[in-house]
Amino acid sequence: MAQAVPAGQKWWSGGKSPFHVEYGKLMMWFFLMSDAFTFGALLISYGTIRMSSNSWPNPNEVFKTFPIVGEMPVPLAFVSLMTFILIMSSVTMVMAVGAGQNNDRKAVLKWLFFTILGGLAFLSCQAWEWTHLHMEGAWWGRNPFMNIDGTQSSTNFTNYFFTITGFHGFHVFSGVIVNIIMFIMTWKGTFERKGHYLMIEKAGLYWHFVDLVWVFVFTCFYLL
Amino acid sequence: MDSATTAPQTAHTDKHSFDTRLIWRTFWVLTAITIFELGIAILYYETDFLPKHILNGVFIIMTLAKAFFIIAEFMHLRHEIKNLIMVVGVPCLLFLWFVIAFMSDGVSYRHLRNRYDRYQYEQSKTPVKKTENHEAKKPGVE
Repeated sequence: MAQAVPAGQKWWSGGKSPFHVEYGKLMMWFFLMSDAFTFGALLISYGTIRMSSNSWPNPNEVFKTFPIVGEMPVPLAFVSLMTFILIMSSVTMVMAVGAGQNNDRKAVLKWLFFTILGGLAFLSCQAWEWTHLHMEGAWWGRNPFMNIDGTQSSTNFTNYFFTITGFHGFHVFSGVIVNIIMFIMTWKGTFERKGHYLMIEKAGLYWHFVDLVWVFVFTCFYLL
Repeated sequence: MDSATTAPQTAHTDKHSFDTRLIWRTFWVLTAITIFELGIAILYYETDFLPKHILNGVFIIMTLAKAFFIIAEFMHLRHEIKNLIMVVGVPCLLFLWFVIAFMSDGVSYRHLRNRYDRYQYEQSKTPVKKTENHEAKKPGVE
């Protein structure tokens, strides 16, 4: 909320929020910070285990399939598509928040609809990827892939992959549920009666956080 | 503080803070960075043109840049007042310690184990023979 703030405003003199945001939004920020540390712990433990291994599977070899094209190797193409879908749905979510600030109910509905669609598209992609890896023999406790130098790989790779992308996918799933609830509430005019769409902003923060986490998951599993 | 009574006054002062152009610019920056990352990853896969650890450095910088844009523009943090930026940003500095401490712990563990557990070391350096199709070895399968 970057609106006209008088110069020399005394934030800590009491009677108002020293953070200049609504209570619920501040709490959403604190929740997201705790969630960031949860994901951070998962990803850092993955990094520690990877650092303590002499070799590791090559992501370009593991993630090289794409639906429809069959056996043709297209390294990282599919996961880049997933990244693009998530960034795109983040944009539509910002648009929904912006429409909410203009109290434009119809536009909020439209953009929320696209965001939900994007979330579902991402989840479908992940379902396909998991199914595909499972058919190749990868699962918790099973790793069919060799290390990059041709040595035997441990199951650390698949354990971390399924745990972390699974935890992230669960966040996307709850984000979609939250967005659907927001959609229904907007549709029924709940926010119009309240006179503001701040709830959409909180859902938006959560949704962007899911996108943010994916950026790190993408780097740690597919690029490094 | 009752949010229902204080919220409307913050809601309508917000109007001009929303800038569609800025959002699309952020979108294009994020897309461009992702395509760039993908490009060098594939180039490395095809030609090994740079040492992997330099490449990893590039990837990490790119990732942090993307994270910055998502937090600053999409989550709107850059446009909040300094108190909020600080209360969110400063605790996240813990990640500096978190990453450095645990990564170096992993490296140290690898070195210790390679030195003192020679059997494990030999095993981890011996390439396994590429197993042929398991299907073909099943009895009754051509």
